[in-house]
Amino acid sequence: MKSKKINRYNLKALKKKFEFWATNSEEGGWSISSTDEGSQKMLEVEDEKKVKIQTGTEIIDDFVVDEDSSDDERMIINMGPQHPSTHGVLRLQAELEGEIVRRVKPVIGYLHTGMEKTGEELNYFQGPTNTTRMDYLSPLFNELVFSLTTEKLIGIEVPDRAKAIRILMTELNRISSHLVALATGGMDIGALSMMIFGFREREHILNFFEKTTGLRMNHNYIRPGGVAADLPDGWQKDIEDIIQLIPEKLKDYDDMLLDNPIWKGRLQNVGILTTEECFAYGITGPSLRASGFDWDLRKSQPYSGIEKFNFDVPVLSEGDVFARWRIKVLEIFESLKIVEQVMYQMPKGPYKIQDKKITPPPRKRLDESMEALIHHFKIYTEGFKVPEGDAYVAIESPRGELGCYIVSDGTAKPYRMHVRGPSFCNLQGLPIIMTDSPIADAVAAIASLDPVIGDVDR
Amino acid sequence: MFTPDNILTTTIDKAVRWSRTQSMWPVTFGLACCAIEMMAAGSAKYDLARYGMEVFRASPRQADLMIVAGRVSQKMAPVLRQVYDQMADPKWVIAMGACSSTGGMFNNYALVQGVDHIVPVDIYVPGCPPGPQSLMHGILTLHQKIMDGEINR
Repeated sequence: MKSKKINRYNLKALKKKFEFWATNSEEGGWSISSTDEGSQKMLEVEDEKKVKIQTGTEIIDDFVVDEDSSDDERMIINMGPQHPSTHGVLRLQAELEGEIVRRVKPVIGYLHTGMEKTGEELNYFQGPTNTTRMDYLSPLFNELVFSLTTEKLIGIEVPDRAKAIRILMTELNRISSHLVALATGGMDIGALSMMIFGFREREHILNFFEKTTGLRMNHNYIRPGGVAADLPDGWQKDIEDIIQLIPEKLKDYDDMLLDNPIWKGRLQNVGILTTEECFAYGITGPSLRASGFDWDLRKSQPYSGIEKFNFDVPVLSEGDVFARWRIKVLEIFESLKIVEQVMYQMPKGPYKIQDKKITPPPRKRLDESMEALIHHFKIYTEGFKVPEGDAYVAIESPRGELGCYIVSDGTAKPYRMHVRGPSFCNLQGLPIIMTDSPIADAVAAIASLDPVIGDVDR
Repeated sequence: MFTPDNILTTTIDKAVRWSRTQSMWPVTFGLACCAIEMMAAGSAKYDLARYGMEVFRASPRQADLMIVAGRVSQKMAPVLRQVYDQMADPKWVIAMGACSSTGGMFNNYALVQGVDHIVPVDIYVPGCPPGPQSLMHGILTLHQKIMDGEINR
C-alpha cells in the first residue's frame, strides 16, 4: 500500500513527480513522438505494425525502467478499451512489478466524437442538443452551462421560475448521477447488489425526468432563455415521493456497505489523493472535497440563484476511495435538501424569457398570430444572433467544475465552443493514485474518480 | 423431467433455434450514453434476466450477441471489429441507438457513420438513447428473427 503521509507536505517530491508526468518534457520520460499510438485512421495504410498497435495487440513500450530494479519482474499489461471496469472505453497501460503498479498511462480518445467541432455547426438554439450528450450521466448540467454562457453573451436574465426549475432539475440530476456512480462503483468492486440498488432508485428520478422533458437522458430541456417546457401537473407529488423514498433507500446502502467491515477494509487507505495533488492536476468536485478542501462552485460562484437555498458542502479529510464514496452519499442528502426547498419556494410566472427573438412562441399562438408564426419560423431556421465577444461560465457538476467557453463572432453560431470537462481533469489523477499501489486497487481507484468517458473525450 | 410415458417430438431445426434464443449472452460493449440504458435494462426494474440474457460477458469468447451501445469513433472501430472477430459463431449484432445505427446527429470527422460499415448488423434499435423498453423490443425481434431463420447462417 502506498503511504501518502510523506507526500502530504513534501511539495518538492510532488513537483518531481509532476515533472515526470508532464508528457512533453524530454527529461521527464517520454517525448511527444513516443506517445504516438500509430495511425488513427481506419486501415488507410495497411501497415501490419500500425494495425497491431491500433488494435492493441502490440503495446508500445515507452516506459523508462528504473535502473536499480531487476528487469525480469517487470511487465506491461494493457487494460481496456473494452473492459467492464473502465467505465466506458478508457484504456490503461500499466507497468507492473509483481503485482504492484509502478507506472500507468491512461490512453483516451476512444470515444472522441468531435462535439466541440459539431458545436460550431449548430446555432445557439440547437447547441444544448449537442452539449447534453457530452457527460451523459449529468446531461442537464451540460445544457445549463451552455445556456448560462449564451445568456451571459447576450446579456439577458431568465425569469425566476426558470431559474428555480433549472436548480430543481440539476439537483435531481446530481442525485441520479451519484446513484449511478455508487452503483457502478459497487459493481466494479464486487458488490453486485449495489448495482441493482443504485439503478432502482435512479429509475424514480428518471421517471420524473421523462414526465417533464420527454426523455430519460439527453433531455435538451434547459435552453438559452429558460427551459423548454413548464413542469407537469402534479409535479409536487412526484418530488415528495422522491424526497421520501431516496433517504430510506440510502439507509440500506449504509447498512450494506458503509458499515460493512469487508467494504471498509477494502477501500480505506486505498487510492489516497491529497489536496496538493488535486491542485497540481486541477482535480475538482467530490474528489477534492474528500481530500479536505472546501470548494464548491455552488457556494463560491453561485449560479442560477442557488445562493438563495440553504445547504452544506460536505468535506471529508481522508482523501481515500472510501471517503470519495461516502461524500457522494452525503451530497445526495444535501441535494435533496435543495430540491425540497425549491419545491416549496417555486415562484410563479413564465418559465422562459418573454423575448420573441430568443424563445419561440407557444404552439397555440401560431394558429392565431401571423407574427408569432414568423418568429417561430425565424428561430427554428436561423436561430438568434449573439453579440461579438467571449464568455466563460463554470458550474458545479456532479464530477467537479464544468465550464463552457464560447467565442462569438456576431452570427447565430458559435465561432468556437470549448467545454472544460471535469472528468478529463480528474482522470489525470489516475496515475498518481495508482502508482505504487497493488493492481487489485486499480479498479477501485477508477471507480472512485467516477470518470465519464463521454466527458473526457467529447 | 419427463416421465417415460411422455414423448417429446420436434425437429432438430426447431430445437436448435429455440435453444439459441433462450440463453443468449451479450458481450459487454458499452460505449456511451446507450450503455447506461443497457445497464438499466439489465437491472431491477426492467430485468433482462426474464429472457435469459442478464449474463453480460466480459469475454467475447463466451458471448453470442454484441449490443453496440453508443457512438463508435474511428479510433474504436478496429477494437470493435476485433471483439466481433473473437466471438464464437453463431453470433449476432444489435446496433443500439442512432449513433451506432447511422452516425446519428454527429456527422463529422470523428465518428463511424453507422457500425454496419464494420460488422454485419441484425437489428437496429432507434432512439437517442433508446429506452430499456426499446432495447427489449429489439432483442425480442432478434429472437423472432432467429426462430424464423435458418440454423446455418
